[in-house]
Amino acid sequence: MSQDDGILREPRSDAGAADTGARPFGTDRHGPGKGRGGDGGDGGRERSMVPRAEFRSYYGRPVLKPPVWDWKIAGYLFTGGLSASAALLAAGADLTGRPALRRGCRLGSSAGLLASMYLLVADLGRPERFHHMLRVAKPSSPMSIGTWILVAYGPGTVLASAAELLPASVRATLPGRLVRLAARPAGLASAVVAPAVASYTAVLLSQTAVPAWHEAHRHLPFLFTGSAAAAGGGFGMVVAPVAEAGPARRLAAAGAAAELVTSRLIDRRPGLVTEAFTTGRAHRLRRASECLTLGGAAVAATLARRSRTAAAAAGLALLAGSVLQRFGTFEAGVASTRDPAYVVVPQRERLRRAAAGGESPV
Amino acid sequence: MTRENSFYGPLDDPAADAGHTDHPPRVGFFTDTSVCIGCKACEVACKEWNLVPEDGLDLTGMSYDNTGMLGASSWRHVAFVEQQLPLGRQETGLPDLPTGPSVTGVQQEVVAEGMRHAERGGAQLGTGPVDVGFPSFELPGATTGAEGRTDFRWLMSSDVCKHCTHAGCLDVCPTGALFRTEFSTVVVQQDICNGCGYCVSGCPYGVIDRRPDDGRAWKCTLCYDRLRGGLEPACAKACPTDSIQFGVLDELRERADRRLEQLHGLGVGEARLYGRDPDDGVGGDGAFFLLLDEPEVYGLPPDPVVPTRDLPEMWKYAGVAASALLTAAVAVFVGGGRR
Repeated sequence: MSQDDGILREPRSDAGAADTGARPFGTDRHGPGKGRGGDGGDGGRERSMVPRAEFRSYYGRPVLKPPVWDWKIAGYLFTGGLSASAALLAAGADLTGRPALRRGCRLGSSAGLLASMYLLVADLGRPERFHHMLRVAKPSSPMSIGTWILVAYGPGTVLASAAELLPASVRATLPGRLVRLAARPAGLASAVVAPAVASYTAVLLSQTAVPAWHEAHRHLPFLFTGSAAAAGGGFGMVVAPVAEAGPARRLAAAGAAAELVTSRLIDRRPGLVTEAFTTGRAHRLRRASECLTLGGAAVAATLARRSRTAAAAAGLALLAGSVLQRFGTFEAGVASTRDPAYVVVPQRERLRRAAAGGESPV
Repeated sequence: MTRENSFYGPLDDPAADAGHTDHPPRVGFFTDTSVCIGCKACEVACKEWNLVPEDGLDLTGMSYDNTGMLGASSWRHVAFVEQQLPLGRQETGLPDLPTGPSVTGVQQEVVAEGMRHAERGGAQLGTGPVDVGFPSFELPGATTGAEGRTDFRWLMSSDVCKHCTHAGCLDVCPTGALFRTEFSTVVVQQDICNGCGYCVSGCPYGVIDRRPDDGRAWKCTLCYDRLRGGLEPACAKACPTDSIQFGVLDELRERADRRLEQLHGLGVGEARLYGRDPDDGVGGDGAFFLLLDEPEVYGLPPDPVVPTRDLPEMWKYAGVAASALLTAAVAVFVGGGRR
């Protein structure tokens, strides 16, 4: 037969297509049904430089759902941490007679809290039902615990900042005097809860099946409180004059040190899941964060003692570093759900170890 | 009400652990994928009974699977896996001959290479005797008898919410919208859910999801309304081969063990149960499976663990970090004098 036999034939639907040799499912020469390995059989996805163990999957499709949370939750991680450590600085400044630091940090703490509230509610699928969070207190849900932590934290913070904002005409009236009187206990009460605000978000992320967040559950609390302290200290350096900002500089330096060390420890954990932190967008964000935090902390410990300009610049660098650290960590979690390797390879390894006789440690 | 194994480990009676008294026995699904024919009647029956909205008509390119994966609007999902592997003790005698489907890797490469050098770029295919190792355009199995035998096999499996003994979604839900029913299943109360999305990340199987236009989380309810009415779930009712079997979980486990033994006796050594073991990372699944390959081939995690297992440790570390922050905050004011 030839093509000139006069019979009409349907043209091949993929004639001229460039990928007629593509493998429609994960078969390759390694054996039947093998999924894509390190070379990314289905292509198009950002791959790491480190070669991976061969693993099998269903068409390279993710096993887990990526988080439905967006940038708002990453942003909340920052604003919540900033608010918490600013509240701590405000309470300390109040007790040690540093009015400018107290005023700036009270207002900053309150602004951070309000921003957090907005971000949290706006990220809900049904924002008008935000108050359903208050119908239960559930120990197994860090989000429920966090809700009640914020309920305990919020009123004192807002009251303390309200005292700073009273117009002169109201300050002398009875309500005005009462608010000013209540400001110190309110600020102290919120400062006591503030460390919980700064650290519970680590448990919030870790109490998920997201491999990068769950596997880092020993490190995230220190990363997040360190990042919060660096941001709060940086904020204090921006809003207070050099003479009053000593505690802010020290808190910033200590927080930055904790953040940098923990960040590096996260990068050095054994196992595939670490790659979610050390590759791709998460890696770039966290590297930029480390540069800003390191620079900000160095200036905070040196030049910022003398120059207000240098202090403000260092403070802004620390704030930016904290933002990027939170977004980088968030991004690492999202990336680890999008690639089935982060789920399948460690779990296979765990099964292999268990079969070999050893108990699975993690 | 929190008992020793409320969060992790074997738990005989999840409904009682959740506070139900005088409740019916735990029910579930046993999905025997060795008799699944991929008809998707379960998907259709589920959509119809539960009024699950349409979620996009896509051609995914994943064999006959155009559903993709479980989600907010796909509570049953039939997976299709194409493999070059004989079933049981089948012996084709043709392992080195260019028989089989058009879609195995080696043959694809042979064909693609041939087309690159062909005068008309492959348009002459089927019009003359061209030896490119391409046996036919017929579907696998379209012919019966010995001449049609290949070493191709098609795995089909109807996936569903596992209704775990320790459910990650249920543990993290901050509103109480997700709850444990008297049947020990896990169900979302849609009038309570505020769409926080925590359950989506809490599920180690990637089952539950938020519906974008609706904002709430949805998943299989194991037809809670039908159970209350004494009916079996719609998918099990519709399944023509009894691949999806509904019943009391203890009975299903016994039945599954017998079926596994039978298949092993028939030479299907690769048959295995998935989610049956009460000692696994989620305390055993309410909906478990008989699979013919490793779970990840079907898109299932090989060794899922409920995140709640590590919750006490997480709070411990967070507590240490919080104390460190408080100490640091005090120290920066106490130390350093008035600077």
